[in-house]
Amino acid sequence: MTEYTAEGGHGAVPTEGVPTGSGTTKGSWPLYEVFVRGKRGLNHVHVGSIHAADAEMALHNARDLYTRRNEGVSIWVVLASDITASSPAEKDPFFAPAGDKVYRHPTFYAIPEEVPHL
Amino acid sequence: MRTTQEDHDATNAYQSLADTVGHDDPRWAFGTGVEDVQAEITSPVPDGVDAADLARYCLMLGDDALICAQRLAEWVSNAPELEEEVALANTALDLLGQARVLLARAGHVEGSGTGTARDEDALAYLRAEPEFRNVALAELPDSLDFGRAIARLLVFSTWRLALLHRLLASRDPVLAAVAGKGVKELAYHRDYAARWTLRLGDGTPESHRRMQAAVDAVWPYVEELFRTSDVERRLVGAGVAVDPADVRAEVDGVLDEVLSRATLTRPTVPPAGTVGGRGGRQGAHTEHLGHVLAELQSLARQHPGASW
Amino acid sequence: MTATLDEQELQGRFEDVIAADQRIEPRDWMPEAYRRTLVRQIAQHAHSEIIGMQPEGNWILRAPSLRRKAILLAKVQDEAGHGMYLYAAAETLGVDRAELTDKLVTGKQKYSSIFNYPALSYADVGVIGWLVDGAAICNQVPLCRCSYGPYARAMIRICKEESFHQRQGYELLLAMVNGTDAQREMVQESTNRFWWPSLMMFGPPDADSPNTSQSMAWGIKRHTNDELRQRFVDMTVPQAEALGITLPDPGLAWNEERGHYDFSEPDWTELQAVISGSGPCNAQRIAHRKRAHDEGEWVREAAAAYARKQESRR
Repeated sequence: MTEYTAEGGHGAVPTEGVPTGSGTTKGSWPLYEVFVRGKRGLNHVHVGSIHAADAEMALHNARDLYTRRNEGVSIWVVLASDITASSPAEKDPFFAPAGDKVYRHPTFYAIPEEVPHL
Repeated sequence: MRTTQEDHDATNAYQSLADTVGHDDPRWAFGTGVEDVQAEITSPVPDGVDAADLARYCLMLGDDALICAQRLAEWVSNAPELEEEVALANTALDLLGQARVLLARAGHVEGSGTGTARDEDALAYLRAEPEFRNVALAELPDSLDFGRAIARLLVFSTWRLALLHRLLASRDPVLAAVAGKGVKELAYHRDYAARWTLRLGDGTPESHRRMQAAVDAVWPYVEELFRTSDVERRLVGAGVAVDPADVRAEVDGVLDEVLSRATLTRPTVPPAGTVGGRGGRQGAHTEHLGHVLAELQSLARQHPGASW
Repeated sequence: MTATLDEQELQGRFEDVIAADQRIEPRDWMPEAYRRTLVRQIAQHAHSEIIGMQPEGNWILRAPSLRRKAILLAKVQDEAGHGMYLYAAAETLGVDRAELTDKLVTGKQKYSSIFNYPALSYADVGVIGWLVDGAAICNQVPLCRCSYGPYARAMIRICKEESFHQRQGYELLLAMVNGTDAQREMVQESTNRFWWPSLMMFGPPDADSPNTSQSMAWGIKRHTNDELRQRFVDMTVPQAEALGITLPDPGLAWNEERGHYDFSEPDWTELQAVISGSGPCNAQRIAHRKRAHDEGEWVREAAAAYARKQESRR
């Protein structure tokens, strides 16, 4: 009997004999990462990715997918393969120096509760 | 510190389950702005404007949008890529939104003298073919050929954008409001269609061949877009409508530019003929419209008087 | 920078992150079995969204009012969007969307069996929203806390939108039960058809679900199948009452002692049959998806060729 489960979120699916390999299929469009500025005054935030043949198409596709409920005022797209990333697996040397500077964080400062607007 | 953003959102999703009879967010289905337009549907007919003419004109523009939206909706689950599913549905939703306002306005204006106003659904679902006033271009089948969809959308959106630009100054407040929202939408549709025309026309030899064939197939129906009906002629004089003949140069210019950049040839095929001088604006359609309406209206007609 | 960490140390770090209920991110080291489980799960979830467009899409052209047409079109469009969010999450694990689509259309990867049932009346649009999306939300809300960051984030976005889906379904049903006799009958008939398949969406009973424990240990899964099924039944019964319709289970009754509804056992042989390809629409759904994908190839290639030309002209 094939094993099956609902862990895929949408409903029962089998868990056996399901290939998950990797390789690439030719002719598909490259992946772009999408950043959206939700409203003026905010940073662009990474919201996901999109496939497109070129950057211009990526912008349009991102607009259609990620801002169809009017969530954005500005979009950036960048080819996923152009991103240079630090590796979280090498986290310590990169990020440890900042980790002990607790005074950079607002919660470091105890403020009496009766002081407003802080 | 256990309360993360995810927990918070997960909680919200659960809450919304319990709260079943919800307010519906109009933006979800209609985009923003449609509510504002709807408030004006009952505006009085401008002075000196014939109500029957205005109703007929709203039907023309409304039916163009409705039938074109229906054709675009055929692409759902059939698009060449998932990104295009989303884009084509967006376009269909925009046009459907325009159609709803225009049909509602037509129904209101038409009934304003007699007290027998029809609503948008009565007009969409209970009229027969000859009562529809859309141009033939809107009803042509794509037969799931993406090139055909793009060719029609390119011509349709270029033409409709030119019309709506001029309707911004219409004396009818609803037409002006639809134009106000519509020009932004149509500019996007035209841009989308133009970009795809370039990609297909100047893509592979196969796509070039197919895109040229698609342009050739829709071209006979371009001529009708610039033919001025009597209704339009009278309403132009009243400052309500646009004379479609006036947008010809602009539309031609845009299409020439796009086609040539796409390495496509502007077709020289003769225009489709009329039926004794009558075309879509007079209720004389292609054979395709009957099938479009048979599908669109079937369920609504099976349940007369039902509300959904 | 750092010396290469050995496998054991990496495994230890991975487990620490899971134990602290933090998220694993794409560039983190992860056990191969964890990656494979996620790829399989996310891909099948994405496929379900895309295949799920078909039964409801079947009614867009015939929607009985323009408002319903707009709502249904927007809903089915959302499903395409959800599929895209999920494929993107799967791609962070080193697979390619085109490859996953290939596996779907060649039958190597599956999708939720619920979409192998046909949508036969407009009430199905409402019932799919109410029961099917309702069951999906029960399955999905816990995934917002899934240990894999990109999947969890995609799910947060999806769950927010799904709640609209369920509401539109229920609102349609409310309108229909308050309408004509024929409309009320349509709602009851549709509910009768979709009730049992909806319960099966939670998968087999816990006793027959051997993978659950590993997925729970990894923080990929948060509740067992039976827990979620019970939650769904408890939520749905009062909603059915509010509609004035019955659920097709004579064994359905409130159990004061347990504080839950008792309900009968679904027909697991039917689920097994549908999953293994003998449902009413299995072949049709795959053939449809395959045709759309195949017929789109010339378009995708044209766009890629055009982009290359533009690049070289620069």
